[in-house]
Amino acid sequence: MAIEIESSLIEILARCHELSMRQEITDDEADNAIGYFPVYFPEEIVHAAGLRPHALLGGGNRIEVRYADARIGSFVCSICRSTAELGLNGALSGLGGFFAQPICDAAKHMAGVWGRNFPQQNPQILALPQNVNSPAAVRYVYDEYQRLRSVLEEKVGHDITDEAIHASLGIYNENRRLQRALYTIKRDDPARLSTVEAYLLVRAGTRLRRERHNELLREALRLLPERRVRPMDKPRVLFLGGFCEQPPLEMLETIEDVCFIVDDDLLIGQRWITSDVPEDGDPVWALAESYIQRSAASPVQYDARKHKEDTLMTLLREARAEAAIIAAAKFCEPGLDDQLALSRRLDAEKVPYLVLEFEEKMTSFEQMAMQVETFAESLLFE
Amino acid sequence: MAETPSGVLRVDARAAGQRLVNQWLANIHTAPARGQPVAYIFVMGNAIEILRSFGFEMVFPEINSLQTGVRKAAPDFLAKAEDYGFSPDVCSYVKADVGLMLSNMEHPSGTHMPTPDLAIASSLCNVYIKWAEIWERRFGTPAFVLDIPGKRFESWRPLPGTPQYEADKRWVEGQLRDLIARCEDITGKKFDPDRLAEVETHVNEMVRLWTEILQLNQHRPAPYNSMLDGLTYIGVLNAWRGTPEGVEYMRLLRDEVADKIARGEGRVPNERFRLIFSGTPCYVNMRRLVELFESHGGVFAASDYLTYAAGGLDSSGLFYDPSRPLESLAEVTTLASQLGLSNHFFSHHTLARQVKEYAADGIVYHGIKSCRTVATSMADNREYVTSRYGLPTLYIESDLIDPRYWSDAQIKNRVDAFFEVLEQRSLLDGGQ
Repeated sequence: MAIEIESSLIEILARCHELSMRQEITDDEADNAIGYFPVYFPEEIVHAAGLRPHALLGGGNRIEVRYADARIGSFVCSICRSTAELGLNGALSGLGGFFAQPICDAAKHMAGVWGRNFPQQNPQILALPQNVNSPAAVRYVYDEYQRLRSVLEEKVGHDITDEAIHASLGIYNENRRLQRALYTIKRDDPARLSTVEAYLLVRAGTRLRRERHNELLREALRLLPERRVRPMDKPRVLFLGGFCEQPPLEMLETIEDVCFIVDDDLLIGQRWITSDVPEDGDPVWALAESYIQRSAASPVQYDARKHKEDTLMTLLREARAEAAIIAAAKFCEPGLDDQLALSRRLDAEKVPYLVLEFEEKMTSFEQMAMQVETFAESLLFE
Repeated sequence: MAETPSGVLRVDARAAGQRLVNQWLANIHTAPARGQPVAYIFVMGNAIEILRSFGFEMVFPEINSLQTGVRKAAPDFLAKAEDYGFSPDVCSYVKADVGLMLSNMEHPSGTHMPTPDLAIASSLCNVYIKWAEIWERRFGTPAFVLDIPGKRFESWRPLPGTPQYEADKRWVEGQLRDLIARCEDITGKKFDPDRLAEVETHVNEMVRLWTEILQLNQHRPAPYNSMLDGLTYIGVLNAWRGTPEGVEYMRLLRDEVADKIARGEGRVPNERFRLIFSGTPCYVNMRRLVELFESHGGVFAASDYLTYAAGGLDSSGLFYDPSRPLESLAEVTTLASQLGLSNHFFSHHTLARQVKEYAADGIVYHGIKSCRTVATSMADNREYVTSRYGLPTLYIESDLIDPRYWSDAQIKNRVDAFFEVLEQRSLLDGGQ
């Protein structure tokens, strides 16, 4: 029985891995996938149009950059460079739309790059606000979402009805509940579900219609409680730094060899809305209001209600983590600024931490493994 | 004093500008002793009109930082910030400002920089927001983030009266009202719309004169170099925006530039090539950079920097309507953002248009190591402009104020090679 459960889980995870690492838009999806650059995107509106939201998560460490180096400054993060490469090498030629958001200055440029090179994809910026504390913010987000709705209506040639968006809200609310259930297991019983596994399960959703992703997550959640688990003595750590550019899987595995990652901000955009979006009333208003009132935190958004260092301490406490790994992608200004601020707070609070800098294109992890092992040993034998 | 073509002596703009800068720094220095509230603001999207109506003294941390470069003090300030823990890959303006904080706020200009009572960070550069978070930590001054939605794509033309324009304007106006409430809390004063209207009237006049000054450089030979003389002009323009002194300076400057044209004087003797500069300056070596071009008879006739680093109001002839000061401020702030200040991302057609307007021979792109706002996709922009418009272009890289990223020999080689191309084209076109 245990073997059957494990092999079913392995099968699901292998499928997730294959989906997660897929860069190319396949022919059967051509023009149907709407690409968006991190962090968050109101996928429900795209879904309600009958299209598939396609999170652009860079090229990882398996593509060769041949064209983008001549187009993107040498001091820019890897995810911008590799995303441009995926456009220029044709992997994303099947996108039916492209959206960047004002999360940082480099990301805003992606709309310009796309506009110059792939105008047929109608590339543009979805101007999500940096001021979420004004009483006027919900109305503004609502107006911008309505603009997105019009752009997509023009594309598909029919109205996107409130009923369709309501139906999508229901599907996405279930998806968020399932993701929260995964994270609860990871936090309460980390030996049962590793971070790499949870990550692959979540990331697969960026390549599937949400109905299919819900099925996949339901099946995984059915199997996980039955999984045979061996107790392991590893320190519980919080991992931060994966909100936009994604650390290579090998990096997460390197950490998990010696630590339990009991909470993280990997693909935080997929879990940006932290509780159900109300399913009654105007569905676009409900989405806009949820973006402002029921949302996570990240280094690329200022929110006076979510002081960065205080949020870190809350996450540590809620995850019952004894230490933190504060990572930042190379050349990521918001990540690097926060890395310093968070480190200083951890110093003051006397919480052990490790600072790591990464690039999605990294292929060598020996040095990082040594750092992480030393860190984990210091936690175990302190 | 300078002589006009008719022989009349007049105070020259350079001296007037220097006097105003000194006076501004002195005002900053003494503001706390005078009980005057201090606002930290940036050059793009700062709502200075409201702040001036409440009597704030303005500190521009960007200008403080660039001044560390001009005054050759940047390495010490940058080193202090990096020793504190800031990454070498973080914006060097931010690090210079952190260096200032770690130097007891003693600026190399001799000014003791006061701490802020109010700090405004617009979304036009995301680093502004991260920078304001640093002030929050250091000074305990809550950031006021002013989100000004930029253009969504290159051909975005928001027309007054359309629902989209109204939505963006409503959002900006809502935030300006929040800002007014915060200013009232800090200063204890009531908002005075008449005073705002007065400030806007001064801004209108400055914008009208500034637009004229920019257009005067379409003359051949160009009377000034937009990336040397122009940098001084916008420094004064920013610091004195919305004041009678600012208007007087711009008028003096306009007259002086017009007089140079009347005398047939150009910035570069024997001007041979006219160029457009895209990007931010390298303040530690700007004189050297300009010299590399001027030695070949090249002048920067125009630069996108003189638009976005000057508030963006010249970009489309935007003027306030002082009869409805707050609404008009929201409208113009929104339009300035969408037509001028968020143009870094989509500037290809604008640059090509500037080439025509200024009868330029090519575009020089200056990629800045620590400024992703202007430089992330410059190389792609260059590729587009070159292939679409067939324009000669040059791409060089250094930094705002970090001399470690200035490679003199490499940049000189590239500049020399660029001029060889321009010379060849000139010969093919029948010479000049």
